[in-house]
Amino acid sequence: MGNRAFSDISYQQFLAEEKLMGSKCNKCGAVYVPPRPICTECRKSDLQWAEVSGKGKLAAFTCISIGPSFMIAEGYDRKNPYYVGVVELDEGPRVDVRLEGLQSKPESIKVGTPMTVKFLHRGEGDSRKTYLAFEPVQTQPSVAR
Amino acid sequence: MKNRRKLGRGVAVVGAGMSKFGMYKDKDSKDLFFEAFQELVASVDKGLDPNDIDALYVGNFSNDFFMHQSHWGPILSDLIGVTPIPATRTEGACASSALAFREGVFAIASGFYDMVLVGGVEEMSKCSTEQVAEGLALAAVPYENQVGFTFPGVFGTIATAYFAKYGASHENLMDITIKSHNNAPLNPKAQFPYTIRDMMNAKIEKAKAKGEPIPQWQTEKDFLRDPRANPPVAWPMHLYDCCPISDGASCMLLVAEEIAKNFTDDPLYVAGIGQGSGRGLHSAPTLTSFEATKRAAEEAYGMSGLTPKDIQFAEVHDCFSMAELLHIEDLGFFKAGEGYKAVSEGLTRLDGPKPINTSGGLKCKGHPVGATGVSQLIEVWNQLRNKAGKRQVPIKNLRIGAAHNLGGTGGTSTFTILERR
Repeated sequence: MGNRAFSDISYQQFLAEEKLMGSKCNKCGAVYVPPRPICTECRKSDLQWAEVSGKGKLAAFTCISIGPSFMIAEGYDRKNPYYVGVVELDEGPRVDVRLEGLQSKPESIKVGTPMTVKFLHRGEGDSRKTYLAFEPVQTQPSVAR
Repeated sequence: MKNRRKLGRGVAVVGAGMSKFGMYKDKDSKDLFFEAFQELVASVDKGLDPNDIDALYVGNFSNDFFMHQSHWGPILSDLIGVTPIPATRTEGACASSALAFREGVFAIASGFYDMVLVGGVEEMSKCSTEQVAEGLALAAVPYENQVGFTFPGVFGTIATAYFAKYGASHENLMDITIKSHNNAPLNPKAQFPYTIRDMMNAKIEKAKAKGEPIPQWQTEKDFLRDPRANPPVAWPMHLYDCCPISDGASCMLLVAEEIAKNFTDDPLYVAGIGQGSGRGLHSAPTLTSFEATKRAAEEAYGMSGLTPKDIQFAEVHDCFSMAELLHIEDLGFFKAGEGYKAVSEGLTRLDGPKPINTSGGLKCKGHPVGATGVSQLIEVWNQLRNKAGKRQVPIKNLRIGAAHNLGGTGGTSTFTILERR
């Protein structure tokens, strides 16, 4: 873990391993998710990898009817829109994420809803890709489907 | 004192021209830029000899992606017959031509050039809506693109954060849409010169003619609340919250202040000019403000010695209704969290105390992205020179106007204040 560069490529590799990783400044303690190679608080480049809890709350969201081609290829369109948004992690940083498990009516979704991480794997072999997603925390024991 | 910087010497605007914005099957980027340039030449009161132009800066965002053609500087210098002068393309997403304007200002202020042509061009309508959405999203932050954000999605996301923080709602954004559409029919260059009421009536007439059920809208908001008339694009951004797909071009002629009167008795002067950069949704200081705009505003106010109160009217980058709301707060016209009230009270209407987007804004005038920044300054040029026709701001002694241009998720922002002396 220690040898990986604090880069988007490493971040993506960790996501594929189902780890949400950031960089933490050894001087001032600031945490960055996705990782930064330099601390933008104290400008030092002395950082270490830190796994974050994957818990947070919904800071903002949208429900998209006209998406980019890779989302259209997944079957999303005007009749089947998808959610994306921003989750503020318990550790402080915000992340841009796909949102799963939300109600179908965006009007009923509340900013501030507690969320938990979910790793979405799409494709096979060389085209396998992992997307960072979050879903609402189950407040009651989940019922068997 | 970082934000009190002054220009090395004064810079004046002495000519301007733009194409009508729209969707053109039979016109390309060169045709549109030529249209703008011809209007510019005609606008220079005492005449222009194109041989006197020292350099060209032209903004273009995405013709590479949309039209498979890059390198627009020399294409356009060739078109208007001014080769071999230097011709440089600037790119700052939807703020590309404001950057061209800024580079032109600096080139003259430095003393290196005396006369610079600046402008922008974009050709988008020959692509599908999906292709345009994907092409524009290239200007978002990579982490946003990777999870499927589009620009309507970015501003929809910002809207939910703003609503939750300040208690505003989509109804307030409708007031922005209605206001912009009220200004648009007064602008002969606008892509959509129609009021919301015009469009309601047209749809009602169409339904009657076809013998279909007649929509029961009474007010403009009834129409905007109806998802059949105003479907969601990226909730809560609906169709009428979003600017259209457009083709168009714009240009302006900048000269050193000391020679301005050789070209016109009524030049405008660059009073303040600022630019900033920003970080995207995941890392911005807040989700309800753009740090790039705040920086650009600080720089422009600092240079000019003016305050937000002194700006008599402004064009702001309303790519989405939500964007206009953020900008009028970030530029200091209204306090954070109070812009939505100002909008709904009518303070930003053409006849209000702080008219915003008298041109109809990006929403109605159109948004050929690389042409937008300079086209906003052309509205300021027309208003300050009392040539805005039916949409002339009814404020006496109009002297100070400004334009704000934004690129990406607040990645690039500019604010330019023009003054008539």
